[in-house]
Amino acid sequence: MAAWTQPEDFDAAAVMDALGSGDTGVGAVCLFVGRVRDIDGGGGLTIEHYAAMTEKHMARLEDQARRRWDLRDCVIIHRHGRLRPSDNIVLVAVAAEHRRAAFEAAGFLMDRLKTEAPFWKREETPDGRAHWVTARSEDVESAARWDLGGGDP
Amino acid sequence: MKLLYFAWFRERVGLAEETLDRPPGVVDVESLLGWLEARGGGHALALSDRAMVRVAVNHDYADLDTPVGADDEVALFPPVTGG
Repeated sequence: MAAWTQPEDFDAAAVMDALGSGDTGVGAVCLFVGRVRDIDGGGGLTIEHYAAMTEKHMARLEDQARRRWDLRDCVIIHRHGRLRPSDNIVLVAVAAEHRRAAFEAAGFLMDRLKTEAPFWKREETPDGRAHWVTARSEDVESAARWDLGGGDP
Repeated sequence: MKLLYFAWFRERVGLAEETLDRPPGVVDVESLLGWLEARGGGHALALSDRAMVRVAVNHDYADLDTPVGADDEVALFPPVTGG
C-alpha cells in the first residue's frame, strides 16, 4: 500500500510484479497508466504540485478506496516536473479478490486524483509559448459519479 | 500566517509564498481573500475571478467560512489539472 510523487519515470511492470506479491487471495489486478498526449506537436508539459498537500490527499484517496472496496494492495504514483509527449504521468494499480472491485477502485482513484490532488499542468505549444491547462467539467462529472453511489460494490 | 500560491495564481501575484502577521479583521478565508484583493496589484489580479480560485488551509480544502489563524498555512490556486 503506497501513494507518492516523484519527478522520475516509473516502471509499471515492476509495480505490477510487486503488487500483492505473495498474496494468493489476489484474483484481479487492474493497472492504469496515464501518459502525456502530443497536442498539436507541442513540446510537452510541466507539472507543478503542492507537495505537502498532494501526498496527504493521495494517501486519503487510497484510504477511501480501501474502505469502499475490499482491496488487497494499492499503489498510486504521480510524476511532477518537465514531461514530454508519450512520457508516463500517473499510475494507479489495484489488487483485489475479484475484477469488479479492482476496476471500480482504479476508476475511483483516477477520477478523484484528477479533480482533488493539487497538480497543475502547464502545456507548451509548438511556437514555444505555454499556457495553464483549464480544468474540464467532464472530469468533475466523472469524479462526482462516485458520490451518487455509482460503482458501489 | 504563511501564504502559498500555485500555477497561474502564483504568476499573477508574482510570488510563490509570503509570511505575514494576521491582518486586523482577518478571521476566515473570506476576510483573508478580501484583504488580499484590497492590496491591489498582482493579488487583486489573481483574485479577480473568485470562481477560479481554490483555497486550502493546512493542506485541506477550505470554504469561505473556514477559520484562519496566525499559525496556519493557507494556499491559493486554480482548479487542479493533474492525472
